[in-house]
Amino acid sequence: MGEVLVVTSGKGGVGKTTTTANIGTALAMMGYRVVLLDADIGLRNLDVVMGLENRIVYDLVDVTNGRCRLKQALIRDRRFESLLLLPAAQTKDKTAVNPEQMKALCDELKQESDYVLVDCPAGIEQGFKNAVAGADKALVVTTPEVSAVRDADRIIGLLQADTEMHHPLLIINRFRPQMVRRGDMLDVDDVNEHLAIELLGIVPEDESVIVSTNRGEPAVLNVNSRAGEAYRNISRRLMGEEVPFMDIESNGTFMGRIRRLLGMRTG
Amino acid sequence: MQRILGKEANRASKNIAAERLRLVLMHDRLDLTPQMMDSLRSDILKVIADYLEIDESGMEIALQRSNNSIALVANIPVVKMKRLPASAG
Ligand SMILES: Nc1ncnc2c1ncn2[C@@H]1O[C@H](COP(=O)(O)OP(=O)(O)OP(=O)(O)O)[C@@H](O)[C@H]1O
Ligand SMILES: [Mg+2]
Repeated sequence: MGEVLVVTSGKGGVGKTTTTANIGTALAMMGYRVVLLDADIGLRNLDVVMGLENRIVYDLVDVTNGRCRLKQALIRDRRFESLLLLPAAQTKDKTAVNPEQMKALCDELKQESDYVLVDCPAGIEQGFKNAVAGADKALVVTTPEVSAVRDADRIIGLLQADTEMHHPLLIINRFRPQMVRRGDMLDVDDVNEHLAIELLGIVPEDESVIVSTNRGEPAVLNVNSRAGEAYRNISRRLMGEEVPFMDIESNGTFMGRIRRLLGMRTG
Repeated sequence: MQRILGKEANRASKNIAAERLRLVLMHDRLDLTPQMMDSLRSDILKVIADYLEIDESGMEIALQRSNNSIALVANIPVVKMKRLPASAG
């Protein structure tokens, strides 16, 4: 039986959908059976990022309303046999699904997969509650900006208060080492210190993410993409592997600390 | 004043962001629920009642945010001082 991971953030546009698509694809590349579940009802995006938008027949709400069977709504990825997508509905009614239905759906999906990745909508309302309802583990995405970190803090507080997910994992996205060196961006330590949850990975700001999204091919498929590499590393860490952090951090002190944490020798 | 403003403009924006983040999180996390505020209020009253006679209806307590700190500010009108026995208890 598999595990359900929800990718959430509070603030919009920080990279939840990008993260879901990339980690899901990376896990499928590693041979795992993965289902991507787009829980952003009304603002369906994951299909486009995955390049699967033309194959949609049924969606999440069709399944929960019993208009089709779950198997009929799952779209198989063109590249990986073991990668499936359940698209969100484009209905305006965000209450079309409730947390109980989402929990039941996740429970069913994980019967026949290793990982179910839920792409959570922005905000802390119904859509968030739906997305976390069936999840076993949460990945919180933020960018190194005051507003995004603040919202991540809110989300972590809600996860800890209202769910069993007391130890969410942190992903810092759109990190720009040059700006950090210039002193114009919060560094990893600043973010870590406040959020105080385990850091799963740091994804650099990278044009290849936009190029990949244009093509409908997640960046992890591109061996030359820095962001793709970061997402591949994140996926391996999720599998329990100890992967050193990429050298995109601002200052040696942080790297040194990470290396020491991981029990590695510097250099 | 000019000097402070000038300094602020030259400071790396990262430091400004870090400080603002610290404050904003402190404020968010300190946001006590109305129930907690009420029980804080009645506990304060209980403690004070041994020493002073106060006007409960005029009592105001609130968390106040200033530039670089957060304070619990209480405004409690005193009606009468109690005459404490020379050796209490
Ligand atoms: N590391 C990155 N480098 C460059 N661009 C990025 C990166 N991560 C995300 N983006 C871009 O940022 C935009 C928002 O990303 P994405 O859609 O994944 O965010 P989201 O959190 O899912 O947004 P929403 O809250 O609207 O669902 C997209 O255009 C995406 O291509
Ligand atoms: Mg999204």
